[in-house]
Amino acid sequence: MTKRPTSPLLFSGSDWNFATLSRTYDAIEAIALEELGLDVYPNQIEIISSEQMLDAYSSVGMPLMYQHWSFGKRFVFEDHLYRKGLRGLAYELVINSNPCISYLMEENTMAIQALVTAHAAFGHNHFFKNNYLFRQWTDANAILGYMEFAKKYVTKCEERYGTAAVEEILDSAHAIMDQGVFRYRRPPRLSSEKERERARERLEYEEQTYNDLWRTLPSSADSIDGENLSKAEREAAERKKALNLPEENLLYFLEKNSLILEPWQREILRIVRVIAQYFYPQRQTKVMNEGCATFVHYFIMNRLYDQGKINEGTMLEILQSHSNVVFQPDFDDPRFSGINPYALGFALMQDIERIATEPTAEDRDWFPDLAGSGDWRATLIDAWANHRDESFVLQYLSPALIRKFRLFLLSDRAGDNFCEVASIHNERGYEAIRAALARNYETGANLPDIQVVDVDLLGNRHLRLAHYIKNGILLEEENRDATLRHVRRLWGYDVSLCGIDASTGETRYERSTAQLSQ
Amino acid sequence: MPNFIDRRLNPKDKSLGNRRRFLRRAHEELKRVVKERIRAGKIADVDAEQGVPMPARGTDEPTFQPARTSGQRQYILPGNKEFTPGDRIPKPGGGTGGAGSRAGRGQAEDDFQFVLSREEVLDLFFEDLELPDMIKLSLKETVSYKPRRAGFATSGAPTNINVGRTMRNSYGRRIALHRPRRADVEALAREIAMLETAAPAAGRGQRLEELRAELERLERRRRRIPYVDPVDIRYNRFEPQPLPNANAVMFCLMDVSSSMGEREKDLAKRFFVLLHLFLKRRYDRIDIVFIRHTDEAREVDEDTFFYSTQSGGTVVSTALEEMLRIIEERYPARDWNIYAAQASDGDNIAGDSERCASLLNGPLMRLCQYYAYVEIIDERETEIFGATDNGTSLWRAYRTVNEAWPNFQMTRIARPADIYPVFRKLFARQPTTPQRK
Repeated sequence: MTKRPTSPLLFSGSDWNFATLSRTYDAIEAIALEELGLDVYPNQIEIISSEQMLDAYSSVGMPLMYQHWSFGKRFVFEDHLYRKGLRGLAYELVINSNPCISYLMEENTMAIQALVTAHAAFGHNHFFKNNYLFRQWTDANAILGYMEFAKKYVTKCEERYGTAAVEEILDSAHAIMDQGVFRYRRPPRLSSEKERERARERLEYEEQTYNDLWRTLPSSADSIDGENLSKAEREAAERKKALNLPEENLLYFLEKNSLILEPWQREILRIVRVIAQYFYPQRQTKVMNEGCATFVHYFIMNRLYDQGKINEGTMLEILQSHSNVVFQPDFDDPRFSGINPYALGFALMQDIERIATEPTAEDRDWFPDLAGSGDWRATLIDAWANHRDESFVLQYLSPALIRKFRLFLLSDRAGDNFCEVASIHNERGYEAIRAALARNYETGANLPDIQVVDVDLLGNRHLRLAHYIKNGILLEEENRDATLRHVRRLWGYDVSLCGIDASTGETRYERSTAQLSQ
Repeated sequence: MPNFIDRRLNPKDKSLGNRRRFLRRAHEELKRVVKERIRAGKIADVDAEQGVPMPARGTDEPTFQPARTSGQRQYILPGNKEFTPGDRIPKPGGGTGGAGSRAGRGQAEDDFQFVLSREEVLDLFFEDLELPDMIKLSLKETVSYKPRRAGFATSGAPTNINVGRTMRNSYGRRIALHRPRRADVEALAREIAMLETAAPAAGRGQRLEELRAELERLERRRRRIPYVDPVDIRYNRFEPQPLPNANAVMFCLMDVSSSMGEREKDLAKRFFVLLHLFLKRRYDRIDIVFIRHTDEAREVDEDTFFYSTQSGGTVVSTALEEMLRIIEERYPARDWNIYAAQASDGDNIAGDSERCASLLNGPLMRLCQYYAYVEIIDERETEIFGATDNGTSLWRAYRTVNEAWPNFQMTRIARPADIYPVFRKLFARQPTTPQRK
């Protein structure tokens, strides 16, 4: 065989080495940055073995994690599924950090390595860097450093206070991890200096506008507000204001206000809360994130093939694996397990490209701005930056796509012994299906809405939580009671949870830890 | 240019610590499962990996979860084929229709098994036997190896160079490649020296030139073909050889008359398991013979031994006679190390205990490496019988055997923790090779 140094192929055959990886990376990078206009964190690509992938799975994908038995439980679970052949391992894992770390498995063929490099190191990476949720709520520069601190801190606490004590706090914190995130941006807190400044200004103003006449008026509480508010209610309002109630972030509230926690225990709550907050955007953008990565790898691989840089064999392997990833079984298929976020995300983004370049009359009706504009790249870049799953579906799910997936809306009332088909893919159904699908992706609305509403600080220190029931969906009782016990452990005194129907305001149930046998 | 990092050489098993924490968390539940397995399984199977179901108690992670049986939901599903708005689909089994995806994970997590390693099983098994740590370690230890010479290798540590073999290779190579011998070179050098000192003659200069060139050639060749080349070197090769182990046979003798209940049999089983573990560590091949007896004795398989009951009186000596017969028939004492463990509740027919003692004192104890006897008593009886010498006739008869033979051990047990002392002597002796008679 004569050597052909001028061969345009990046690689041939399935074996990989660091030279081919690096050559392929450069070719992919050129397409990603120049043709797609992606904007990414610097990449760090790490090769790991399958055992290490299993390890990474069980610690929720973080390279560094504190030790806890629940990760061990997850590990034996994943390990079991993997060994039985019930579940394959992911080809890659990517971490939202700067530099962006992607793990590639050593077992992958070179074709798959190229595919996942495009998928993770450019697709996910671009999304992490540009999406507003990640920009707003996560700090990619600091997360690895923070995790290292967290791991060391928990270990130090274990040495000092015993494993059992630390485990207890972590168990309780994990129980309300879903209620440990901020969903809405809060106003930046004033620094103490600014606050003093403001108090001084107010005092000055009062001095300037002092009028002795005001003193002669009867006090306002008795005459004006007294009619509407009793004294107790007024006190409650004041108390709530002081504690910043109602508060949706239970972990935050307990960290700041619990009466029994030691400083180290508060710090551990904070660690759990930071991790929960870090992962919250990922839960809200599953469809977009995977769709973005899949769209990017599909585009780049096709471009590489067009440029003659990969051969037919490689392309076939890539397409086979790609179509596995975006496969959407029908609802009555035994393989069905919900809507595949890869499939939906990829289809949505391809649909945007189609609407921009070859719109139909229907598309011109539904998407007057986008249809035929030709500039699908800008639309996608903008969508990736400024949407989450809910708003993205609401904005871009087209009738054509609804027909393609043959989506239908099934409404399910707990009492009935049947489900009713409410809408299908026809003219009358499009809007309803689009809105319902968007609602299903609204993470905040699907998690139980539980808030701290009141605390009796002067009396028996009773902590009141309220569960705002939406659509009549209650909580599983056994889990609810066990979780309440965890909240009680962190608060130190009795805790009660009151289920209030969000639409009618009527109380559906009330449960206090005083009722539970310890 | 990205940063490529090869992490494959990093330590694996990052999750081991977490796994251990999980096992500790689920400890009580796992202990119960392993105990159950030991009760139900075979003696020889204790010493192996065991699949256990995921323990539910103590390892649940509660969170606020929406209840599936309340409220209204709207599902979007793909793949509509025949439905039109208003169609009603009956819910399967009264559950929710479209929630297939959510049901999936929760159930799978409940009913799956994971595997406990041999170490972990043994730890749980040992737990209430109260074994000293040293013993636990030596029971867990697997076969020991000893390095043994096995030919030669081309690589190895410098200390293992085999000089003879290396020099033989070097010699062969030197001959094959015509390395100039030292004697030849020296002869040539002498000749040159002689010519240089000799009187000048015709052709001397030319002859000298030739000789010098020849010497130069030889020396260059000697330099190029080394005396010992790396390809010559041979090392002694060692192979790990399992320590020579012999065969052992373990006799389990048990009274199965109706006075032996569930608790007694359970204790007896642990007693047999422990002896088996000990033997397994020392011998390659262990046969287990089960002899049960009432008023007559029979060799049976393990299931029958532990699980079937038989009614009748109790004549202990029949079991000893049966054992003697089997030894003569199948296990000649020349080739086998014979161990025996007997469990009974102490009942025996009048007059038979003396016969047992004479059987033991006579042929049996001469054949046996070790004989352990446990009398399983009620926990309330420990107070009475704990330290006193009196007891049933069998106990008294065996005491005389105990005094005569050092390799005979006897004790009364009421709890699992009492079992180990029976074997204390056996474990205290830690010879590196099995003793042969």
